[in-house]
Amino acid sequence: MTHSNRAQPRVGLMATCLMNVFRPNIGFSAADLLRAAGCRVEVPSDQTCCGQPAYSAGDDDAARAMARQLIEQFEAFDYLVSPSGSCIGTVRKYPQLFADDDPWQARAEALAAKAYELLSFLVDVRRVAIDARYQGKATYHDSCSGLRQLGVKRQPRELLSQVEGLEIAEMDDAEVCCGFGGSFCVKYPKISEKMVDDKLKSIAASGADTLLGGDLGCLMNIAGRLRRAGAKVRVWHTAEVLAGRTDGAAIGEEEAR
Amino acid sequence: MKPLRGTFDSRSAKALADPSLQQALRNFKPLFVAKRAAAVAELPDFERLRDTAAAIKDAVLSELDVWLERYAEKVESLGGKVHFARDAAEAREIIREICRKAGARTVCKGKSMVSEEIGLNEALEEDGYRVVETDLGEYIIQLAKEPPSHIIAPAIHKTREQVADLFEKNHPGRPREESVAGLVNEARHALRERFFESDVGITGGNFLIAETGTSVIVTNEGNGDLTQTLSRVHVVTSGIERVLPTLDDLSVFLRLLARSATGQDTECYTTLSSGPKRPGDPDGPEEYHVVLVDNGRSKMLSGRFRDMLRCIRCGACMNHCPVYGAVGGHAYGWVYPGPMGSILTPLFNGLAENYDLPNACTLNGRCQAVCPVRIPLTELIRTMRNEQVKAGLMPASQRRMMAAWGWVARQPGLYRALERLGSRMLRLRAGRSGALSSLPGASAWTDARDLPAPQGPTFIDQWNARGGDQ
Repeated sequence: MTHSNRAQPRVGLMATCLMNVFRPNIGFSAADLLRAAGCRVEVPSDQTCCGQPAYSAGDDDAARAMARQLIEQFEAFDYLVSPSGSCIGTVRKYPQLFADDDPWQARAEALAAKAYELLSFLVDVRRVAIDARYQGKATYHDSCSGLRQLGVKRQPRELLSQVEGLEIAEMDDAEVCCGFGGSFCVKYPKISEKMVDDKLKSIAASGADTLLGGDLGCLMNIAGRLRRAGAKVRVWHTAEVLAGRTDGAAIGEEEAR
Repeated sequence: MKPLRGTFDSRSAKALADPSLQQALRNFKPLFVAKRAAAVAELPDFERLRDTAAAIKDAVLSELDVWLERYAEKVESLGGKVHFARDAAEAREIIREICRKAGARTVCKGKSMVSEEIGLNEALEEDGYRVVETDLGEYIIQLAKEPPSHIIAPAIHKTREQVADLFEKNHPGRPREESVAGLVNEARHALRERFFESDVGITGGNFLIAETGTSVIVTNEGNGDLTQTLSRVHVVTSGIERVLPTLDDLSVFLRLLARSATGQDTECYTTLSSGPKRPGDPDGPEEYHVVLVDNGRSKMLSGRFRDMLRCIRCGACMNHCPVYGAVGGHAYGWVYPGPMGSILTPLFNGLAENYDLPNACTLNGRCQAVCPVRIPLTELIRTMRNEQVKAGLMPASQRRMMAAWGWVARQPGLYRALERLGSRMLRLRAGRSGALSSLPGASAWTDARDLPAPQGPTFIDQWNARGGDQ
């Protein structure tokens, strides 16, 4: 294990549950980008989940247990970075789970202060030069947690503006929820369906052939509905485009023969 | 108002299947949002005003008893009467008594959410009074015998055609009107007669000013003014949290309210009333009553939902709520819909009875981002879920799943193994198609969408297989 230094900070990459299972390409893209930003990347093998499902459900006891585990796994790093606004949003909430006189409170504060969503980290903390090509016209969905909890809005656009060949066509209501909402989409499937259909209409009206975003849950929801509707819009996590890892199948897309 | 029949699920399913409601929601949604954004953009001070307003409210709430006492003293010194009602039943009784003593026959009403909250119309109609709602939206839903679906636009769920049908049926002898202007005019004619007959006029109170003993209402139709000046008796119904210290404070809130609610710089009418008609006044009511309703509010002062008492009932949270935008207000089942209702309704009517309200939310935070008094609505909705969990209200199946998941997630080896297994099974089922169109046990997802399949082995397995960094 190398010692940390400012020139090459040690970054613990949090592999979100969805990314780990469904879209490893986002993880490798994140690692590429972090390395390009001069970081040393490590992926703690014993990490599981940040506890967001429990926190959102109001089950604070379960969320606290997950928080303690994740604090122990990541507090030694200079930064905790993850390609998800909602997972990082959860880590930023950890301090609220502990009482002021609980020694875990200070540890939670310390971790929350160095926990960053990937795209904002690459603009606000470490500068990175993007060297990627993508031929297409993309529209950007601002996932709610990243946007409103973490202020992720201009950072992905700033980075994407450096991608050769990529045109950005903003859609109406880019900041409106796509209807994913974690367990919301399976607890209230019909309302969620209506919301994602509204999102599909905005995407279609933008004339884009590609949808980008920063949170895999939302992207799987939108990609799944696009595919069901027979729409030919390709869906990628922004990190995949920025890292130039767009040779394979996009999210929910058939593998090339 | 009695809670609506059915469950949140049944009511929202009905809403999604109702084409005219969906049309009405499509019409209104972009309107309020765009107008608010434009109005806010023109006032650079807006964000600072929000801070100031929240601070004023917090200061008042920390000494609410003092401010209420000052307000009541001032009202009484002007010849008005202040009544404190502990709950809805007490509030109804007080107003019934006022109407009885006044020998009233016709009661005109300006829009008041508190009167909806306490179920006033039903009670007064039971006593044989002719109760006339004079706000256009309230008038429409009174004719339709429906509850409001929005706190500032109660008939927002109705299309123009539906209103035309309703007026045609209820205003015999008049030709059918189709245009908005024609319909408004028709309502104005019908209501004008009622104003002159009104014995008791009941309005809400957007704000109550302690230093002057003034009640303030803001409307766009002027119906509130006619209600309170043409009636012999004026009754203001308001929640105890609506008191502000001074008229200066009021100016802060007036600048926020209209912009947040309708995107106007100011509402068409802002009416300040202080006491009954004085000797020499050309008009005004002979009696002036204020009914201050607690109905659970003082309990909120000491709990985790205190911030909710800052609410000024502008409706911005529901205007910006995508769930409200999908199902409308009636799905929420009671007087207060949308995000603010998802907190207030469980507090007023029971956490168990309203289990769905705080859960039917994606925690997207848009409501909180626009709240003029910075109520952390999203946080409070999550806190409400926490209160439900603590009260043992989470459904058993979900509780078991959460417990199992919570345990497995603290056994990294097992968690890894299960992720590996899940990934492999999903990939087997999907083949090279890239997604699954059905999956046993996951129909709630796959009924409407395909499930993108995993790309390959899990990220952590692949990472470790490649020997980590570099």
